[in-house]
Amino acid sequence: MTKVLMKGNEALAEAAIMAGCRHFFGYPITPQTELAAYMAKKMPKIGGVYLQAESEIAAINMVLGASAAGKRVMTSSSSPGISLKSEGLSYIAGSDLPAVIVNVQRGGPGLGGIQPSQADYWQATRAIGHGDFHLMVYAPSTIQEMMDLVKLAFDNADKYRMPVMILSDGMLGQMMEPVELNEKEGFTEIEKPWAVTGHKNKREHNVVNSLYLSPARLEELIKERFARYDVIKKEEQKAEEYLADDADILIVAYGASSRISRTAINEARKEGIKVGMVRPITLWPFPDKFIEKHIDHSKDFLCVEMSMGQMLDDVKLAVNGKKPVHFSGRTGGMIPSPQEILDKIREIKEGK
Amino acid sequence: MTVVFDKPKALRDVPFSYCPGCTHGIIHRLVAQAIDDLNIEGDTIGVSPVGCAVMNYDFFACDMVQAPHGRAPAVATGIKRANPENIVFTYQGDGDLAAIGTAETVHAAARGENITIIFVNNAIYGMTGGQMAPTSLKDQITQTTPYGRDTNYSGYPIRVSEMLATIEGAALIQRVSVDSVRNVNQAQKAIKKAFEYQIAKKGFTLIEVLSTCPTNWGLDPVESLDWLRKHMMPHYPLGVFKDIGEEK
Repeated sequence: MTKVLMKGNEALAEAAIMAGCRHFFGYPITPQTELAAYMAKKMPKIGGVYLQAESEIAAINMVLGASAAGKRVMTSSSSPGISLKSEGLSYIAGSDLPAVIVNVQRGGPGLGGIQPSQADYWQATRAIGHGDFHLMVYAPSTIQEMMDLVKLAFDNADKYRMPVMILSDGMLGQMMEPVELNEKEGFTEIEKPWAVTGHKNKREHNVVNSLYLSPARLEELIKERFARYDVIKKEEQKAEEYLADDADILIVAYGASSRISRTAINEARKEGIKVGMVRPITLWPFPDKFIEKHIDHSKDFLCVEMSMGQMLDDVKLAVNGKKPVHFSGRTGGMIPSPQEILDKIREIKEGK
Repeated sequence: MTVVFDKPKALRDVPFSYCPGCTHGIIHRLVAQAIDDLNIEGDTIGVSPVGCAVMNYDFFACDMVQAPHGRAPAVATGIKRANPENIVFTYQGDGDLAAIGTAETVHAAARGENITIIFVNNAIYGMTGGQMAPTSLKDQITQTTPYGRDTNYSGYPIRVSEMLATIEGAALIQRVSVDSVRNVNQAQKAIKKAFEYQIAKKGFTLIEVLSTCPTNWGLDPVESLDWLRKHMMPHYPLGVFKDIGEEK
């Protein structure tokens, strides 16, 4: 075990390599640049493939091809680029293919900006592409956690045969933190009898496909997929609880905004205000189990995001009208200060 | 009884979904025959397009992947880079390859991606009911050019083979036709050669096949073959546009 100082984007790339990813298809975009650059430097040295595609659209379709061929494969981009990948993601989901997609979020809509943002929550959890399907979405808040979640993302992509997203942002991507590299841990790849590797005249041909002209058959397949989603909702919810058990005000925040919220919580506690936090680590499945257990004792909920309030919808669904749900957020690449969150906490405390 | 003519092994025994008189069937046979002749079915991965040939993942006996519209060369790239020893081909129509998938096509060629593209050019969008394609001819009447393609308004038909021949990564670019026995034989040789080049790792190969669409052209199958010869061939001349095997 060695401890090293790494930049978020590079640590994410290294974690993917450690998880057995040897195929990466990318396209340049800020602020995910270092991730692709790391892959470009490292992959040729370890017999892997780094290929710069002509567009994000091509990159995600190369991912589709390599995944169909049975490989652990990844692509990364940032918000506008993820929009371009949405078509491919729908096909990947519709073809039951595993893949890991990284979104280092920046401000939107349109070309938006290049500063950190969390405004792609709806896109990641609701509408990443056309049709009835989900991605699993992981939202790390430290570089170490980002590395740990990358391995889990690859394992779960294979296990559930579906695309998994790491939802990072420009702040986590660009900051440096010490991380432990557990090189010995290794990885085990599962058998993929469905992969297209050539039938060698030994089996029927394999077909990777998302077209079903019979609506009855298509409905049946989607229902099978949703049965899998039900298992995921039951088994895979992850969240961290911070000073949550006695909290009067429960903050719900993920990723970069949870780090700032933590500082605000510590300040509020010094003032005697009982504030705690549930920090979703999976955004889909949304960790409603973790919210539900705090509904009775919490007087108020406060959702903090770097957007106009997107996860807010899921928090309200989980709280289900039983307690007030407040919101505090900045958007467009603006990062909220702990003071702003503290002011909101005081405001809620005073019943304003 | 002696069998003198049979279906290639690389075609599965399922009914095609093509209209009567359409030449997709012939082209499928030629691709399958080349796979049989080279004994590569067990190592071959095909990529189906969106369009009339979308369901050919059911027709070819090798492993198959169905790609989003126009993205087949990118999907094929992913497959080939994952397992370079596999033989990878795409089968795409003119809308798929020369409109929505232009970037994927051009850049697969530019990378010298060691894949084979079978490009079926029938100058129309067949599956969606006969709209103007990037290869529709000047004055051609389609559902979306009901008064004929006005090149001042809708632009000019793209000559894909000529365009790709300028790219260094391309190893073999040839245009063939399936309008006559002689041309079918030529097409068979070209398709086989493209696969041979891929096996020899020579780089990007594309065989453009002029094909008919009796249903959407509003002609019977024989008239369609005449229309192909009379209208398509002058704009899309047959021939070899790039062959690195010939350049020594």
